[in-house]
Amino acid sequence: MEEKSLLEVKDLTVKFFTDDGVVTAVDRVSFDIKRGETLGMVGESGCGKSVTSLAIMRLLPSPPARITSGKILFEGEDLLQKSEAEMRRIRGNRISMIFQEPMTSLNPVFTVGRQISEAIMLHQKLSGKEAVERAVEMLRLVGIPNPEKRYHEYPHQMSGGMRQRVMIAMALSCNPKLLIADEPTTALDVTIQAQILDLMNRLKDRVGMSVLLITHDLGVVAETARRVVVMYAGQVVEEASCEDLFENPLHPYTAGLLKSIPRLEGEKGRLNVIEGSVPNPLNLPPGCRFNPRCPEAADICRKKSPALLEMGNGRRVRCFSRGSPPEEV
Amino acid sequence: MIDYIIRRLIFAVPVLLGVSLITFILLNVVPGDPAVEMLGKHADPDAVQKIRNQLGLNDPLYVQFGRFLWNACRGDLGRSFKTGQPVTKMILDTFPTTVKLALSSAFVAVAVGLTVGVISAVKQYSFFDHASMIVALAGISAPIFWVAVVAQLIFGLHLKWLPISGYSTPKHMILPAIVLGIRFAASIARYTRSTFLDVIRQDYIRTARAKGLAERAVIFVHALKNALIPVVTVIGMQISGLLTGSFLTETIFAIPGLGRLSIWALSNRDFPLVQGIVLFTAVIFVIGNLIVDISYAFLDPRVRLH
Ligand SMILES: Nc1ncnc2c1ncn2[C@@H]1O[C@H](COP(=O)(O)OP(=O)(O)O)[C@@H](O)[C@H]1O
Ligand code: SF4
Ligand SMILES: [Mg+2]
Repeated sequence: MEEKSLLEVKDLTVKFFTDDGVVTAVDRVSFDIKRGETLGMVGESGCGKSVTSLAIMRLLPSPPARITSGKILFEGEDLLQKSEAEMRRIRGNRISMIFQEPMTSLNPVFTVGRQISEAIMLHQKLSGKEAVERAVEMLRLVGIPNPEKRYHEYPHQMSGGMRQRVMIAMALSCNPKLLIADEPTTALDVTIQAQILDLMNRLKDRVGMSVLLITHDLGVVAETARRVVVMYAGQVVEEASCEDLFENPLHPYTAGLLKSIPRLEGEKGRLNVIEGSVPNPLNLPPGCRFNPRCPEAADICRKKSPALLEMGNGRRVRCFSRGSPPEEV
Repeated sequence: MIDYIIRRLIFAVPVLLGVSLITFILLNVVPGDPAVEMLGKHADPDAVQKIRNQLGLNDPLYVQFGRFLWNACRGDLGRSFKTGQPVTKMILDTFPTTVKLALSSAFVAVAVGLTVGVISAVKQYSFFDHASMIVALAGISAPIFWVAVVAQLIFGLHLKWLPISGYSTPKHMILPAIVLGIRFAASIARYTRSTFLDVIRQDYIRTARAKGLAERAVIFVHALKNALIPVVTVIGMQISGLLTGSFLTETIFAIPGLGRLSIWALSNRDFPLVQGIVLFTAVIFVIGNLIVDISYAFLDPRVRLH
């Protein structure tokens, strides 16, 4: 039996209409997230991960951004058809988001407690006093010592790790169905990273939510996600269960990412990084977008774009050497 | 907080001393003898000497200055050479009028400046934005006396809506308050717009939207409080402009305030009156800046007063 999806993104295309030209930041991206599952989304910086997540929240700056095609079905309803007022009832309530920069994501002039209880009062229709109690409880839940006191502190009085815990407390305060975590640990140092990931894992089961975990670090995905979507230059290039992906990466880009995960012990010499960089979206190479960096690139790769091939069992790949047909234009 | 205020006031003492000393020296190097001024050019030299003795003008300068300071500490700024009234009384009689003028125009300027600035930022590149920024630029560049004369011509002489001079009804205050407030409003509007544009691009504004807050709350709660922090600095910097501006405005509109009094004192070489007004104005500056710094700390929790 197919589990029911909480979120289905279908053929999502996001374009930025800038002075320099039209940038297709997200190009016909599809994926889905089941109830209670953590989906990892990986790719180097600039691949369109944040734009995808902001599109789900309907928080893209418009102009210059415009969603030009696709559907975002959340519990069966298309978020792209919702009014702004309907979206406001969903944001921070049924879908929450935490961001990469804990240092700048909290408002410096309000206490952290107030910033949490604000969301609670907004969505849960609690009185001020009840909201404060609930906020303190959330601070305790995310492992902040002495929550009654820290409720009254300002963000600048806290470390980056503590602030990210506050962000998590805020995001989970209304028991969301979906948490979007956009590089939640990238700005933190390694030990704090592990603590925050651990916290998110524990709270996910407790709240019973699904998580879209965005990262450029496959190591982070390995510890948390069940399935992974790999993005490159605005497209999905591979999707697989976590085990399959780590055991047998199909796409040369995924293989490159795997080789570049830092290992803790016994590793000598330099990290294997994929040579070159993500192409400028205003100036994409012809053919497969990965071909200038691909060790397996063949002639066809420079002429035609590979389509995303369904391989069964939820596995997908976009590569000619793995059997993808050329995309119809 | 109380500690901070007391410390700031103690630090103000050397400033006030310096201001008094400089004024005292300047008044003593400018040509002209106040006694001659009082008695007329062709007065009897003996009579002049008598008056100089009475006024203490023949004492050594350090004695004169010391006496001024000692009396000033007790709130006595001496007597006007010209009218014989206590200087303190003359200042306190005229100061409320100046305060009324300055505060009413500051109040209107802050309200108008903030509103225009926020709307311009939220509707960046709109017609409103372009138009208001052009007006603001003009408002900053135009000299006060020019604005005053144009306003008098248009609203007073031509349209006859408002009185152009004097000070008998609240209606008399409208034109001077607007003239005085224009530059203030214009610079607040421009500053608010640019800080607001910066603030609404910050990550925490995205967080506020991600929470599900209405745009109204995002702008007027989360963004405005942050945008106000630098705007308060501008207001602080403009306090001096507001005071000198009100001196000019009072003179143009014939309003019996401190500004007009000071110009009258200068042109009559009324030394004690000039000296007293300078010291008094310096105190007002110190207090004004203190209030600005304290409101800073109220707006921005990262600012600690020490
Ligand atoms: N405000 C913007 N204006 C123009 N282009 C943008 C903007 N934001 C993002 N983009 C484009 O979208 C692409 C993907 O960005 P993003 O989703 O932030 O990448 P990441 O995968 O690192 O999160 C960027 O390479 C950039 O070209
Ligand atoms: S299609 Fe060609 S260039 Fe693209 S990833 Fe596959 S082998 Fe490399
Ligand atoms: Mg990103």
